Amino acid sequence: MTDTTANAHFFHKEEHHDHHGADHKPAFFVRWFLSTNHKDIGTLYLIFAICAGIIGGAISGLMRAELAEPGIQYLPALAQFFHGPVGNDAALHFWNVMVTAHGLIMVFFMVMPAMIGGFGNWFVPIMIGAPDMAFPRMNNVSFWLLVPAFLLLMGSVFVSGGTGDGAGTGWTLYAPLSTSGSSGPSVDMVILALHLAGASSILGAINFITTIFNMRAPGMTLHKMPLFVWSVLVTAFLLLLALPVLAAAITMLLTDRNFGTTFFDAAGGGDPVLFQHLFWFFGHPEVYIMILPGFGMVSQIIATFSKKPVFGYLGMAYAMVAIGVVGFVVWAHHMYTTGLDVNTKMYFTAATMVIAVPTGIKIFSWIATMWGGSIDFRVPMVWALGFIFMFTVGGVTGVVLANGGIDNYMQDTYYVVAHFHYVLSLGAVFSLFAGFYYWFPKMSGRMYNELLGHVHFWVFFAGVNMLFFPMHFLGLQGMPRRIPDYPDAFAHWNSIASHGYEVMAASMIVFFANILWSLFAGKKAPANPWGEGATTLEWTLSSPPPYHQFETLPRID
Amino acid sequence: MKVKTMLTAAGLVVLAWTGMASAQVPATTPPVATAAANPAGAPPQVAASAGAAPSASASPAATSVSAPAVKAPIPEFYAPTPGIGQPTDRIGLQPQVTSNGAYAAWFHDGLLLPIITVISLLVLALLLWVTVRYNRRANASPSRTSHNTTIEIIWTVAPVLVLLAIAVPSIKLLARQYSTPKPDLTVKVIGHQWYWSYQYPDNGDFEVVSNILTPEQDKAKGEPRQLGVDARMVVPAGAIVKVITTSDDVIHSFAVPAFWIKMDAVPGRLNETWFKVDRPGVYYGQCSELCGARHGYMPIAVEVVRPDQFAQWVKANGGTMGGKPKPAEVAANAGAAPASPTPSATGAAPAASVSPATATN
Repeated sequence: MTDTTANAHFFHKEEHHDHHGADHKPAFFVRWFLSTNHKDIGTLYLIFAICAGIIGGAISGLMRAELAEPGIQYLPALAQFFHGPVGNDAALHFWNVMVTAHGLIMVFFMVMPAMIGGFGNWFVPIMIGAPDMAFPRMNNVSFWLLVPAFLLLMGSVFVSGGTGDGAGTGWTLYAPLSTSGSSGPSVDMVILALHLAGASSILGAINFITTIFNMRAPGMTLHKMPLFVWSVLVTAFLLLLALPVLAAAITMLLTDRNFGTTFFDAAGGGDPVLFQHLFWFFGHPEVYIMILPGFGMVSQIIATFSKKPVFGYLGMAYAMVAIGVVGFVVWAHHMYTTGLDVNTKMYFTAATMVIAVPTGIKIFSWIATMWGGSIDFRVPMVWALGFIFMFTVGGVTGVVLANGGIDNYMQDTYYVVAHFHYVLSLGAVFSLFAGFYYWFPKMSGRMYNELLGHVHFWVFFAGVNMLFFPMHFLGLQGMPRRIPDYPDAFAHWNSIASHGYEVMAASMIVFFANILWSLFAGKKAPANPWGEGATTLEWTLSSPPPYHQFETLPRID
Repeated sequence: MKVKTMLTAAGLVVLAWTGMASAQVPATTPPVATAAANPAGAPPQVAASAGAAPSASASPAATSVSAPAVKAPIPEFYAPTPGIGQPTDRIGLQPQVTSNGAYAAWFHDGLLLPIITVISLLVLALLLWVTVRYNRRANASPSRTSHNTTIEIIWTVAPVLVLLAIAVPSIKLLARQYSTPKPDLTVKVIGHQWYWSYQYPDNGDFEVVSNILTPEQDKAKGEPRQLGVDARMVVPAGAIVKVITTSDDVIHSFAVPAFWIKMDAVPGRLNETWFKVDRPGVYYGQCSELCGARHGYMPIAVEVVRPDQFAQWVKANGGTMGGKPKPAEVAANAGAAPASPTPSATGAAPAASVSPATATN
């Protein structure tokens, strides 16, 4: 019932009869700029995400350099490099600009485009046996909305944001810092960037939901869908329900800023905390939006390399549904110190801890999938294993932070920074690398270099742990987030964290070397490089797949 | 005994889920009663906190420098104590000097940390085991097992029980933090870009403006860099201090890790929290909500002093001691002569307490 193995012979025969050339591709400009092909759009998303990731990662490098020692070292020079000669406050403001840009880029322009736009576009249609997405042209719109959004965000760095150039509000855009606290057009540009990125994601979500509900091949029932498709389906619903709330909240910000409304201004009867409720009603589902597709990818990869079907398939699928549903009713755990009522805090504490249950089901089911398997430690598999452990570490500190009473100490400290980087930078990003290595042969038609992949994994693993684990210690001693200088007692662990960044950055050189080498000189990839464990439909197609696949639909037994 | 704990846990959580109001009564009332019953001596939780809270009598002699106010007429009584009230580079929470802090630190160190460590190590051990036992070489033919209802039930129910065990002290901690006992002193904390100011409505409503010191001034005064301020928020030892936070521009957050308190200062809102510290000394914190360019440059320094010193400090600030009598036992604990600030001593006594509704800025 849960076996998603396709009957490969059936449709392969059909494809050979297809004389119109499933591989006929349009010319360069039409193919890449007016694309309606889900695989090409997926590739565009991945390239976009890699570019954004480089920028976002470079910003964090600048921040780690500044934080390596107590005192201010590079900030004035950096601010001057971007904005010309500036005063002391404007230089400090530039710190907040970097904090804001790093957060927004990584969330909206790296993780989301890579997971949903990139891998989702590439593999959801193939995995359900569909020729393309339901709305190919809307798919194109989704991608091309992201480009001006990113340009607006980047441009906002160079116009006035109040104390200095650029938006220094943090990715959370809390009012009134983002309203009366930031004069100038910078924050407006960020708001419009988020509008565009949000519209892009909403269109994408509609596309995925329609595709998954209506375009599954004959026999591909919902309960036979690969877990990656399930994860994208749940994610699409989260996007569809959460992003309009963000759009409303930032529109209210925009009118507060420009048209004299006072939604978030107590002087006019508004409430700054209202913005936080609206933001986190979006913002908490957003964190599951960033991790659920990773869950899906890891499930595929673990099953493939263990040569076993996923353990507890239905439990895995509905655990994701449960995480998605409960993810909508826990938002105020980001706001424990805003002056919430005690009963409210008790509710959000309890509700937040509930999420640990379906998450635990997933962790244990992954391990049970490996149990009794015949595990092949190829590069995607080691990334998936790394994901499980790092996500567990990030998850358990989430259980600590779920407690409202604990947050009277931890809120806005580096403990929180450590927590969400363990689930994102070590969780979501590990799953992205796992998925990238897993599907790279399928997407490019070339094998990556196995040794370089392993080197990348181990150096990255050491680097990010060295980078983020000490942040727990900083948080336990009370170091606040988002500060460019800190009391000298924090110097030790900050120094180690900054060295960890260097190790991590070195591993990324290995990664890019591997991609470039593989694209030009990698071994040709067979249709299924992973062997008997790879049972989903993409492995029945050539590598790379034909430009149009499944012109005759496959039939799933 | 364990079973009983679990049952109690289950009961409390069910209450908390089904009816918050009803759950609040059993959860909230006892801490109030305890705190009100012994305003002075260390509450039992402090003693249980593995040396986190130093006793009131131990340190003042060692730390007091009795600075004879060289430049400013406003006296400062205590120098910072290394390792208490300020960060160190050791691993662990800052030592807690309030009873809620001690309880929370126990909750974290004694319950949460062991649980999450065990869970992480369990997952790590399982991962290592499958990599050793079920790799391609060790196990050439994979099984096809994909279901086992028993184990699925176990790994669903076991986490629920663990979470229930966490939920009970967690809810209790929230209730303790929420219930302010009758305050001896109210301080209104106002966040500004980028400094704090402290108003003392019980003492003639004077205001103290507190700015960060330069690194050179920190060095000269012996303050930790980035944490020293030119005017501390001063409160009497052993007094229940109600803190009302607000802001006159953007959101700030008033945080003192050693007290386990953090409360956002939101413009247009009045938030309330409280603490009671028996040990005189200086305790530092930093603004904990991004508030613009110099967010990292608005530290908080709370100086807890003997009641007589507090009276001296209030007088130096032009305030009056007309509020409520301070708990005399604390003065005795601290080895000082009772301050005996009798209500009749001051003529023009200000309003004894400030009502949050009227205290706007």
